[in-house]
Amino acid sequence: MIAAEDRLRDLLVRGQAGDAAAYRVFLQELTAHLRAFLRRRLSGLPDEVEDLVQEALLAVHNQRHTYDAGQPLTAWLHAIARYKLVDLLRRRARGDALNDSLDDAAEFLAAADSDAADARRDVAKLLATLPDRQRLAIVHMKLTGLSVAETARLTGMSESAVKVNVHRGLKTLAEKMRSEA
Amino acid sequence: MRTDEFVSLLATGTDAVDVRAPARRCVAAMVGGTVVATILMALWLDVRPTLARDANLPMFWVKELFCVALVAAGVFAVARLSRPGAAVGRVEPLAGAPILAMWLLAVVVLAVAEPEDRTDLIRGVSWTECPYNIAVLSVPVFVAIVWAMRGFAPTHLRRAGAAAGFAAGAIGALAYTLHCPELDAPFLAIWYVAGVLIPSVVGAIVGPRLLRW
Repeated sequence: MIAAEDRLRDLLVRGQAGDAAAYRVFLQELTAHLRAFLRRRLSGLPDEVEDLVQEALLAVHNQRHTYDAGQPLTAWLHAIARYKLVDLLRRRARGDALNDSLDDAAEFLAAADSDAADARRDVAKLLATLPDRQRLAIVHMKLTGLSVAETARLTGMSESAVKVNVHRGLKTLAEKMRSEA
Repeated sequence: MRTDEFVSLLATGTDAVDVRAPARRCVAAMVGGTVVATILMALWLDVRPTLARDANLPMFWVKELFCVALVAAGVFAVARLSRPGAAVGRVEPLAGAPILAMWLLAVVVLAVAEPEDRTDLIRGVSWTECPYNIAVLSVPVFVAIVWAMRGFAPTHLRRAGAAAGFAAGAIGALAYTLHCPELDAPFLAIWYVAGVLIPSVVGAIVGPRLLRW
């Protein structure tokens, strides 16, 4: 677990510095830990697990600038996953679905689950409901994989506007996940 | 969209993030809030004319130190409660420490005072306006701190809102010391603390709505 913590921390810190390849591995490994954590605690709502995995991944992504390399990564990840889980249960008014303690941050990386269920909510459909500038910036940069410069040329936005719209679009997406769930 | 596709979307084309940006925003909010609260105090309430003379009295500096300690505890609370997974166990004890110290001092002052003086020590000349003035001065600071905290990701929203209110109230109290004529510990222990607790309670109430993400 210490090894997993150090390894993931290294990947995330590199990701914060702009290393997209390291960041991708970080998110892939994180997905399995998130799924194990959420599946165990959402046994009353099994259909919601994969949706919440995606919502928590987006939360980690949108908040990745708040991780301080001096703090335990496990605690940071656990706090975000727990926050999203409690938020969902509150929306469902399902305190009873909590049949497992939420406070064992240390165990967060102990379990992994790579058996993905189908998500009920389709993120692609949600993306289509974003404001045009945000949607186009995300589609070109993050789905097609174009560079900032290419996206800027295609959309007629400035390069900084492209970055801002990707950032805002992912925040809007998080809001939509929250409110439609 | 499958989760692995979504991960790919998130990872593709990611840029470096500025990990110091939220802390800078917090410092800017505190400094800006302090300046605005002080200007508001000067325009609305006036700096006390006898301020220079009061600065010779030890109790004036005890009062300043008390407010600075409250501000420090508030800043600590805001910093800790803004970041997911940060250790938050010492937030409340640290905020309570200066208040407890002032209460102890107040008890000693009241114990040695003549019984007929005690009411004056508690009420001073401005007990009806003090908590209200501090709470009003804290409003711009509270707005600035909440804005800064929204750049972070607080996960205990009620405590985070209370921390924002406490820090704002403490900064409001510090600004108010330049106007306020009171120097007795029992007064500070009750009315200053009330002035700081009003925005703290308001923060705890509105925190979940203002800070969720």
